Amino acid sequence: MAESGWAGEMKATYREALNQALREEMRRDDRVFLIGEDVAYYQGAFKISKGFLEEFGSRRVVDTPITELGFTGLAIGAAMAGLRPVVEVMTFNFAILAMDQIVNNAAKIRYMSGGQLSVPIVIRGPGSAAHQLAAQHSQSLEAWFCHVPGLKVVAPATPHDAKGLIKSAIRDENPVIFIEAQLLYPMQGEIGDGDYTIPLGVAEVKRPGTDVTLIAYSKMLLVALEAAEKLAQEGIQAEVVDPRTLRPLDLTTLAASAKKTGKVVVVEEGWPFAGLGAQIAESLYRQVFDYLDGPIVRVTGRDAPMPYARDLEDAAIPDADQVVAAAHQVLYRT
Amino acid sequence: MASRVIMPKLTDSMEEGVVVKWRKAEGERVESGDVLAEIETDKAVMDLEAFASGTLRKILVPEGTTVPSGTLIGVIGESDEDIRGILAGAQPSAARPSAPRPSPAAVASPEEDKRASPRVRTLAREHGIDLKAVKGSGPGGRIIERDLEPFLTKKEQPTVREVPLSQMRKAIVRMTTQSKAPVPHFYVTIEVEMAEGLRVIEESKKAAPSSPISINHLLIAAAARALRQHQGLNASFAGETIRLFSSIDIGIAVALEDGLIVPVLRDCGSKTLAQIAEAERALVARARGRDLSPEEYTGATFLISNLGKFDVESFIAVILPPAAAALAVGSVREVPVVRDGRVEVGHRMMLTLSCDHRVIDGAVAAQFLQTFKQALERARDL
Amino acid sequence: MLLIRRFEERTAEMYALGKIGGFCHLCIGEEAVAVGAVDALRPEDYVFSAYRDHGHCLARGSDPKRVMAELFGRVTGLCKGKGGSMHLVDAERRFMGGYAIVGGHLPLAAGVAFTVKYRGGDQVVLCFFGEGAVPSGACHETLNLAALWGLPVLFLCENNRYGMGTPVERAVALYSDVAQNAAAYGIEAGRVDGMDVLAVRDAVGKAVEQVRTRQRPYFLEAVTYRFLGHSMADPAHGHYRTKAEVDEAKKRDPVLLLRTRMLSERLATEADIKRIEQEVAQIVREAVEFADASPVPPVTALEDDVYV
Repeated sequence: MAESGWAGEMKATYREALNQALREEMRRDDRVFLIGEDVAYYQGAFKISKGFLEEFGSRRVVDTPITELGFTGLAIGAAMAGLRPVVEVMTFNFAILAMDQIVNNAAKIRYMSGGQLSVPIVIRGPGSAAHQLAAQHSQSLEAWFCHVPGLKVVAPATPHDAKGLIKSAIRDENPVIFIEAQLLYPMQGEIGDGDYTIPLGVAEVKRPGTDVTLIAYSKMLLVALEAAEKLAQEGIQAEVVDPRTLRPLDLTTLAASAKKTGKVVVVEEGWPFAGLGAQIAESLYRQVFDYLDGPIVRVTGRDAPMPYARDLEDAAIPDADQVVAAAHQVLYRT
Repeated sequence: MASRVIMPKLTDSMEEGVVVKWRKAEGERVESGDVLAEIETDKAVMDLEAFASGTLRKILVPEGTTVPSGTLIGVIGESDEDIRGILAGAQPSAARPSAPRPSPAAVASPEEDKRASPRVRTLAREHGIDLKAVKGSGPGGRIIERDLEPFLTKKEQPTVREVPLSQMRKAIVRMTTQSKAPVPHFYVTIEVEMAEGLRVIEESKKAAPSSPISINHLLIAAAARALRQHQGLNASFAGETIRLFSSIDIGIAVALEDGLIVPVLRDCGSKTLAQIAEAERALVARARGRDLSPEEYTGATFLISNLGKFDVESFIAVILPPAAAALAVGSVREVPVVRDGRVEVGHRMMLTLSCDHRVIDGAVAAQFLQTFKQALERARDL
Repeated sequence: MLLIRRFEERTAEMYALGKIGGFCHLCIGEEAVAVGAVDALRPEDYVFSAYRDHGHCLARGSDPKRVMAELFGRVTGLCKGKGGSMHLVDAERRFMGGYAIVGGHLPLAAGVAFTVKYRGGDQVVLCFFGEGAVPSGACHETLNLAALWGLPVLFLCENNRYGMGTPVERAVALYSDVAQNAAAYGIEAGRVDGMDVLAVRDAVGKAVEQVRTRQRPYFLEAVTYRFLGHSMADPAHGHYRTKAEVDEAKKRDPVLLLRTRMLSERLATEADIKRIEQEVAQIVREAVEFADASPVPPVTALEDDVYV
């Protein structure tokens, strides 16, 4: 479990951070319950809900059949009636089955009812690719959710952020799509002690710098940090900014960095056309056009369904070298 | 066997090209694969490689000339070969000198016919740089930020760097705030030998009786020296971060009839003792005359309060935000001191440094005071 | 029922005059199901409906002025003009909406029932939907969950025999006994004559009590008929239904049936009925006047209520 360092300093994995946070929220508020496939007896497909059935019982940790539309819609109805469901989708690929419920119901019920009803639901699970899970299990769909007014979308990259943000998401009165990553679950990091929240809609400069801005979220944040290390060896100080919340986007923080350096690279794992990076770029162009030293460069996944073969998959997902090359491009150092 | 050098069709939209530069001269030996010339296509400048080895016998098209793709522009052959036949078949009819090519942005205005990044335009505007004088090194001759470097005066703007709190720091914040809200103070006292300082003051009185150096001037100069070395004290607690200031702005408490004002000397780190003295005199005069603007009495990053003239031995100052430390200075007292086993007269002054424990720890404060003390005791070097 | 009838008739008129826009689905002919079913509920029970929801909403007791204003798209409407005909919501009366995706609201109804059970309450969720929704994935996933977890939902299937232009026998494999679709999940099911308001109230009353006390879902098929087309854009007959068929169905007009019965059993006189007619006419007139006089929502409010 999490180890305690010097007073207040704790290390935990992303998975442990979520487990801790969900546990604390469920203890704090009886309205919060967890629902999804294999969350109870199996202890969670990715062990996020380990120990929950024992502590909270089957009333609050609810195993479902493999019917995403049905149980997501049910959870939305439960939220309308006053509970605070946390829906675990085993991966966000499966959430596609529930898109009608998420988009036509969760996102819109407050608006259509003129403010009479609300849907304080969190839909969480891993998005993005893992290893060789192939085309139907490796998608990064945050752009789809970010497109919909009425939804909030969060994608934390670190255990510290995951803990603070899931708490805020659960306490938020709006539907929140909370995108984790299978490959992030075992990553260790410092987390805050006890009950702390990180507000939604606030980005964080993960690594200050002066020469180029790298914007990246979720798994790609780690890739960007790795690229920043490589760039530092060449004497290039990259500033790495993690949006953390994708909708609403903290344009103020992103724009301040872009204005400072004038050179921007946006990294995302998803497909290139109409990906979230295109929106981030457009938002920055509108805000700080006069301070850009050149076009914003995007590093994205390749424009194809995720192939199975290992080498093809590796080539389809951005890595640090690609981000370094993009930084060189934006710095006119090719 | 002589070989023809043709203006190539390097892209499927390319109709003609410009020979930007010949890299080989007439009569020069070339090997297959050598770059013969740089050709500008409709998309980029590309290298034209030789397909044969031999001597570049003839260059038919001078640099800067536009010719259609397929035109003979040169001949490679053996030095003694007869190439008249090939030359006769050349079709230079479409050759014409390259006019300045219209830029893709057809609406370029006369002043802005140079491509420049938006950042460059903004910087040029702000600094009054004429872009016509700047050579662009970006793609297509775009002027990029790097190209402006020789034109920009390197003026160091005072910067503020935000350092996120580490977990240890957060814990210290939590623990110290619990015992003393809102700013958890702690205090460190040190005694300074002012003999050398007093000598410097005496000498300055003789040299410039109307504007001598004062103890406050020495204090400010010594503090600036010590803050340059211990930057962690020139800082502020900002909630989620610690704000480090690059400019050392020292506030000096001035007693007024009805209260107290703290005029701020900016950028003490770049000032000499003489400059500090001059600035302090001017500021204090204006302070006494109630003539200070708000920028002149707010925003000190470090505070000095001197109650020496009231014969106070020592006291404790309150830290005023945004500063994280305040120095309280007592009077200089003649006291017996022991040096080399003998009792002598010492001129001792007590200093108490109040610190914001969220930003400064004990050891750091003590190190600062050590440096400060040393600077004061070697006042001549200030 | 009369109120709903006259309201819907007037709504058709207002739509033709351009006061109401978009899709408008009227429930003329199906009033008995709305009134009979909702009458059997308690105030603390919940109601869900699909897009043919005017009757259900009025039956639940919503103010006709505010319903008409919502249809007119005015800021005084139930949903401030943001929802429209297909998305009527009256949270105070636990009328939870008004949904336009066929079958899409069934999981929501199950979710509310889940909450009731979670809190140890005894409320029932009445969920109206048409037979066209029965084959949907949403319906089947919901029936499965309701049966699996014992959720207190009364699934009320208004079988008006047509899913827009497609008759039930061409859409639902188990069409001759639609309730069998639920029985496949072990859900108790029944069927009632949807043109007879008292029969509906009786059947729903019994079903609701079962659901409430046994904490198990129930599927009731109410066989009914819509006298007009699927929506204002769809003709009443001639396209996929014959006039003869519609006329035959009108012989069992629920309003007519009740009126006849009230008179023949001396539960009311002609004068009583006339008085009721006048009252209803007044209510509907005032509803239209109120709606017509109400302001439109300000464009500045366009992005309100997207988020809490």
